[in-house]
Amino acid sequence: MVDPSWYMTLAAVLFVIGALGMLSRRNALVMFMCIELMLNAVNLTLISAGRAMNDLNGQVATFFILVVAAAEVVVGLAIIVAIFRRRSTASVDELNEMSG
Amino acid sequence: MPVEMLWLVIALPLLGALFLHFLGRRIGEPLSGWLASAAIGTSFLIALVAAFPFIEGGAHGETSLLWEWMPAIGASLEIQWDPLAALMTLVVTGVGSLIHVFAIGYMHGDERFGRFFTYLNLFAASMLTLVLAGNYAMLFLGWELVGLCSYLLIGFWYTRPSASAAAKKAFVVNRIGDFGFMIALMLVFTSFGTLSFAGVFERAPEILDTGTATAIGLLFLVGAAGKSAQVPLYVWLPDAMEGPTPVSALIHAATMVTAGVYVIARSAAIFDLAPAASTTVATIGAITALWAATIAIAQRDIKKVLAYSTVSQLGYMFLAVGSTAYVAGIFHLMTHAFFKALLFLGAGAVIHAMADEQDMHKMGGLLKRMPTTAITMGIATLAIAGIPPLAGFWSKDEILASVFERGGWFSVLFVVGLITALLTAFYMTRQWVLVFLGEPRWEEGADPHKAPRVMSVPLIVLAVLSVVGGLINTPFRLTLEHFLEPVWEGISIQHPPEGIGMFLILGGLSVFAGLVGVAAAYMTYRRPMESWRSFEDGFEPLWGAWEDAYRVDDIYGRTLVAPGRKAAEVSAFGIDLPVIDGAVNGVAAVFTDLGRRLRPLQTGYVRNYAALLLAGGLVVVAWILAGGL
Repeated sequence: MVDPSWYMTLAAVLFVIGALGMLSRRNALVMFMCIELMLNAVNLTLISAGRAMNDLNGQVATFFILVVAAAEVVVGLAIIVAIFRRRSTASVDELNEMSG
Repeated sequence: MPVEMLWLVIALPLLGALFLHFLGRRIGEPLSGWLASAAIGTSFLIALVAAFPFIEGGAHGETSLLWEWMPAIGASLEIQWDPLAALMTLVVTGVGSLIHVFAIGYMHGDERFGRFFTYLNLFAASMLTLVLAGNYAMLFLGWELVGLCSYLLIGFWYTRPSASAAAKKAFVVNRIGDFGFMIALMLVFTSFGTLSFAGVFERAPEILDTGTATAIGLLFLVGAAGKSAQVPLYVWLPDAMEGPTPVSALIHAATMVTAGVYVIARSAAIFDLAPAASTTVATIGAITALWAATIAIAQRDIKKVLAYSTVSQLGYMFLAVGSTAYVAGIFHLMTHAFFKALLFLGAGAVIHAMADEQDMHKMGGLLKRMPTTAITMGIATLAIAGIPPLAGFWSKDEILASVFERGGWFSVLFVVGLITALLTAFYMTRQWVLVFLGEPRWEEGADPHKAPRVMSVPLIVLAVLSVVGGLINTPFRLTLEHFLEPVWEGISIQHPPEGIGMFLILGGLSVFAGLVGVAAAYMTYRRPMESWRSFEDGFEPLWGAWEDAYRVDDIYGRTLVAPGRKAAEVSAFGIDLPVIDGAVNGVAAVFTDLGRRLRPLQTGYVRNYAALLLAGGLVVVAWILAGGL
């Protein structure tokens, strides 16, 4: 059996990649993918921790996250498509009308 | 007519007012006027029928409950029908009907003809509520309603700034009096636990001590002085002449202003226990009578003379009721309603004929142009001057004789009354001569014309009443006194001295004063204008002071109105604006400023929010790792 710390390390790496992508990329679609990456990093953490501790709750939580993420993707993609249709761009730097 | 039906007396004019309010414009002139007159005329007939048991004698007052309003404090809508209420009702509806009819002619061509009669009918209903009330609460209701109607009617021509200012002044001055009246009612309630006349008057001797009775009496006087234009609250009445003349006749001469006299006469049981309050009433009355009479002498405006004359005659009535000569006071109230209404209506006819000219210096010689008005006004002038056997003589003589009989301090008041009688005769004759005799001093283009019949008939009826009205209570036949007797059972009333000898002496004295006044004015003002102008100049600076009404308005303006305004200014711009508004605006400003400082955080770049979120998450994680949780 592989030591859980490997899974944890992989999850941490995935999360950092997602976070850095989130901060550095401007395309809303790519940023969305980064968010998914971070979510799945967390999922991996939960499952591996659950397995290491012999607890099913980790997998249960992961299923919840998957379902919610799927719903969130539907809404988020729809918004991005709508914005792209209006503005012919998906760059978030050009969508700063909400500044104070 | 049973007492249970008497609510109709109030309801008819009220319905008239309601109907005319909605349909007055549609049915137009003159039908709305006739409708209003019919409403109050029917009230008069009902009251007349209902008063018959009292005229036959022996009948006592009755009350009829209409609706339990606030039974816990004895305040219900109940009608008290006794001789005093009957007499007041007859005066209000009788004189009121005549004035309604007169107004049909006077208001001819006015844009708001229907609205005028709405107000007149509403006033009649309010005044009848006042005099028919069976408790102080309902009386106060009527008291306030007549004040409102007075306000509406003084300001009837509200597009004139002077008229709306006069209306406001009348309302404000009346509020001062009403304040005293309200405190009096509270005192009555705390003492008796009820406001109903029956409950108060029957138990007054056992419940009230002299101090409380005096306090209630004096506070009633404050209210009465406001409504009945006594010193020092009389200043609104001369200004009230801005209203149409029928209003001046009905409200500011014949009926509403006598409400104060009525309240004091009605509350005789309380004043019976407070001789000091009564004496104050009499003294205020005497002062007012003389004060206003001197001002009336020098007025040029035909209506101002009558206004000050009304104030002066109301002073007589206060003198009478203050001397506990209630019958004499109410008697004078009635005769005064006749001849003063006549004088006002006559003045209205003159003003109407002279195309709204009110300055007597620009009149003169109108006798030939309008003989009916001249003769009827002449009768009223002699009546108010106290020339026998006209109405004013009997009532004024009864007042003076009763005051004289009282003796002591009242002897001084008697002399004041006698001087006032002389002055009254003088200024009234001056007015009549200036208007109707001498050479015409009309402005270019004036063409005085006779009054239409709808105006002259009420004048004639009132003239007849001014002649014979006094005969209902002469020393030879005390009809009115017996009529009113049941009202003041068990209360000591001042009577004129017994015996024909005293009557001849006192009557002779007051007739002499009247004749001197009439003769002096006639001799002076019959001559050409230069002559009487120099006569008036001979009295300077006194005449100027009289003509300016002692500058009382100025003095009030400087001592009361200006500080009041200053106080309002300070509280508005010194306290309300900086302190109250300042606190509210200050709180808002703090948060506005805070918001402005925090705004830059919202950059609109998703990246920044994500970075902050991440940083926040890292801080939390670091904190947990450091053993914070």
